[in-house]
Amino acid sequence: MGSAPASEPATGEVHLRPGVQTAVKLLVVGHFAVGKTTFVGALSEIRPLRTEEVMTEAGAIVDDLAGMTDKTTTTVALDFGRLTLNDRLVLYLFGTPGQQRFAPLWHDMTRGALGALVLADTRRLGHSFEVMGVLEELGLPYAVALNQFDDAPAHELDEVRDALDLLPETPLVRCDARDRVSSTRALISLVEYLLTRIGHLEHT
Amino acid sequence: MTARRRPADRLVRSYVVTDGRAHPTRNTLDLVTLLVVTDDLPLTGLNPEKRRLMELCRPGALSVAEVAGHLSLPVSVAKVLIADLMDSGHLITRAPIPAARPTDARILQEVLDGLRARL
Ligand SMILES: Nc1nc2c(ncn2[C@@H]2O[C@H](COP(=O)(O)OP(=O)(O)O)[C@@H](O)[C@H]2O)c(=O)[nH]1
Ligand SMILES: [Mg+2]
Repeated sequence: MGSAPASEPATGEVHLRPGVQTAVKLLVVGHFAVGKTTFVGALSEIRPLRTEEVMTEAGAIVDDLAGMTDKTTTTVALDFGRLTLNDRLVLYLFGTPGQQRFAPLWHDMTRGALGALVLADTRRLGHSFEVMGVLEELGLPYAVALNQFDDAPAHELDEVRDALDLLPETPLVRCDARDRVSSTRALISLVEYLLTRIGHLEHT
Repeated sequence: MTARRRPADRLVRSYVVTDGRAHPTRNTLDLVTLLVVTDDLPLTGLNPEKRRLMELCRPGALSVAEVAGHLSLPVSVAKVLIADLMDSGHLITRAPIPAARPTDARILQEVLDGLRARL
């Protein structure tokens, strides 16, 4: 509000502009092959990056490097991208699978996060329950975006809402993760919802 | 695409670059904490990974996650190096910690305006 719109940094620019003071994050979550990496890549002003956390099979974040090689470990990939929103604010998007057994990792990722966008695929709606469950447990608000795959059957949004058992207030939108404008609109739905929620909380 | 490194190789390397320590000396570092190089501190005495980190950050601010991504290090390992460089005065953080209070309506409105401006 009132802040100058950012002139977009040239693609491939690596560092933040000098005036950027505040960083916020949103998560982009969903099951395997639902389009998380595609979504983050469509929106990011930097070449999307990937990093990882190392965990034990039991689901603890490995923070004892000396003992790491003795344990059976697994890595959780984290794709991320960046959008400079105005001269002083930057948004990071983190794309990650939402599996229950990685719950300890989620605490680190969700700390300070504004909310999450759950990507879902109408061919495999049942695969989305696990990630929605994790978000609910963590108390992180989310919206759902149906990623439109070409061969996916067309469903009415009402049917999908029922099938996913969403709360009436949870936004449900369609998006094409390959398309920057469509993906931006999905994020806008999420942030509008986050604002509405806060207004609601303030008035009760 | 580069070939996947074998986890064991990476873990051994991680262990070496952090001098065998795994716990960062600060636990306030978030994935989106912004890091800024302080002026003109000599890099003498820094190990090669810390020098790389300083070279990476010198041209401008980057988040903890970006530093880990660019250096191909797990986040937990990058945090150990960053915390050391903060302790030695080479790096400071720019964003308040934690980076944003999620219930801050002003921040949310700014995010919304910024996204709408991209359409
Ligand atoms: N037709 C179509 N294909 C998509 C869309 N989004 C992603 N894909 C494809 O689906 C596959 C999995 O996407 P990816 O982003 O890697 O999924 P992730 O595992 O959630 O990161 C890739 O081959 C993408 O090109 C979409 O909106 N429409
Ligand atoms: Mg992916």
